Amino acid sequence: MTTKKKNTAFLIVQDNEDARPIIEAVEQDNPGVNIQYEPGMVRMERAASLIVKRETVEVLKGCEWDVQELHLVLISLAGNVDEDDEKFELSWG
Amino acid sequence: MAAKKLNMRKRYELLTRGIGWETSYQKMDDVFPYDTFEGIKITDWDKWEDPFRLTMDAYWKFQAEKEKKLYAIIDSFAQNNGQTNLADASYLSAIKLFITGVTPLEYAAHHGFAHLGRHFRGEGARVACQMQAIDELRHAQTQIHTISHYNKHFTGLHDPFYQSDRVWYLSVPKSFGEDALSAGPFEFITSISFAFEYVLTNLLFVPFMSGAAYNGDMATTTFGFSAQSDESRHMTLGLEIIKFMLEQHEDNLPIIQGWIDKHFWRAYRVLALVSAMQDYMLTNTPMSWKEAWDIYFVENGGALFEDLGRYGLKMPKHHELATAEAEHLSHQVWSVFCALGNATGFHTFEPSDEKMDWLSEKYPNTFDKYYRPRFEHWKKQKEDGTFEYLASLPQLCQVCQIPMIFTEVKTDPMQLSFRNTKFKGDNYHFCSDGCKDIFENEPEKYVQAWLPVHQIFQGNCGGATIPEVLKWYKFEPEDGGDYFDSQDFRRWQEWHGKDEPAKTGSDN
Ligand SMILES: [Fe+2]
Ligand SMILES: [Fe+2]
Ligand SMILES: [Zn+2]
Repeated sequence: MTTKKKNTAFLIVQDNEDARPIIEAVEQDNPGVNIQYEPGMVRMERAASLIVKRETVEVLKGCEWDVQELHLVLISLAGNVDEDDEKFELSWG
Repeated sequence: MAAKKLNMRKRYELLTRGIGWETSYQKMDDVFPYDTFEGIKITDWDKWEDPFRLTMDAYWKFQAEKEKKLYAIIDSFAQNNGQTNLADASYLSAIKLFITGVTPLEYAAHHGFAHLGRHFRGEGARVACQMQAIDELRHAQTQIHTISHYNKHFTGLHDPFYQSDRVWYLSVPKSFGEDALSAGPFEFITSISFAFEYVLTNLLFVPFMSGAAYNGDMATTTFGFSAQSDESRHMTLGLEIIKFMLEQHEDNLPIIQGWIDKHFWRAYRVLALVSAMQDYMLTNTPMSWKEAWDIYFVENGGALFEDLGRYGLKMPKHHELATAEAEHLSHQVWSVFCALGNATGFHTFEPSDEKMDWLSEKYPNTFDKYYRPRFEHWKKQKEDGTFEYLASLPQLCQVCQIPMIFTEVKTDPMQLSFRNTKFKGDNYHFCSDGCKDIFENEPEKYVQAWLPVHQIFQGNCGGATIPEVLKWYKFEPEDGGDYFDSQDFRRWQEWHGKDEPAKTGSDN
């Protein structure tokens, strides 16, 4: 058993309309996520891992969404990236 | 029924696998002559995988979309005279330093990745570097396009690339870029993609672009964020290449650790300029350099190196010194710019009373004690008309090329940090142990450094007097000096319906 503090994974996106459903999806799918609004951008962080799920974004957006469309609003990230057709995930080992 | 769309992984494999081949009538080592001499051992290039798995058609589609959005904003910014809605025209100093210091570095990165896009033996790595080469060119171009609007209204923005090759403080980012470019491909990518982009780039773009938003500069915010979305890909590439090299062979570890130690310190010294931009040039500052350092280096960098610890990699050497310097860095750098403000291509100014209070609050251990008195003294001298710029040229560090302005922050913050070493009978000077270590590992490289102050003394920079050198830099008389005596300030006052602008009246 470890008591070590888990490192933070984060995702920063632009604060705009295209990013809104992504931010909401992150909020839904990542219990304990901390979301901070800064000038022009939104920083989402969580211990150990953070996930963006295609399905959740599509429900919120009301249309099809390709995970790679995340590139259009992405500003920065921290963590090892695991991306496929269903999700975009950041995690520390 | 339509054929089922291939999944992301399959599409990426088709793009990056099987497009290379074992050469027959030329030796592989002749076709790829640069990827072995550094000592990095790669046993299986196929293990290389780009975590983003972007295919070329998706890349073009997304990049085109980003460009469309960016140029729509640049156009509307120009049409609405966005320049009049900035927090203050003194903010432009940050943009002037950006276009002369950072944009040429973007172009240098383009050059370097284009080289790697040809010379890595693995196809996956080549494709990733080719995309990045295009990205970096795009960054240089979009920065020039965005900032060209300001060039119509403000001074000091007219010759960034020419100046990058000559000006004393611009040799700091330029020499860093050339240090990386003149190394082998693995060292280059470790330097740019990992040490600079993964470990440190958040400190440049995130607070600076958020700062632009905070100061009404939507054009800069937009190009910055548009570049950052590429940057996220570059950072990921940086982390991936490090993991790939470490997994390929255990002999790679000490080589990579050495490069990380070196390029962390080199890139960190370049960011010293950014610290001053963030704390002093931005009229309104959303986050101090120290706060940004704590979040993006201490916390996130710490997490990164903890994760990489499983490969045996350690935090970069001298990182504790960089953290100890965080409470001093921006103040020391801005002081030297103010003291040499007659030889800068942007305007300098003492912080406003409001800004000084903000600095006291953000730097409770250092600002009031060491730096406030200095700025208040200069302010008073300017009011009395007794202020004079430094008449002598500063001594530069042989490695980072910054004047010797840093101090012994761990023991006596008032004591200048000064290191030296002898090589083949000559004495070389350094600002820190970090820079001295770098020199001692490769003295043959750094004795060749083009140090702007030495070059002036050797007569290679247009003449021996400051006006002659500034002319050679293509600095126009209205580009530098105190903001409150500037054309930019007078114009700003006119736009906002205030008269009697400048404190010294002459208008030529
Ligand atoms: Fe770039
Ligand atoms: Fe980049
Ligand atoms: Zn140095």
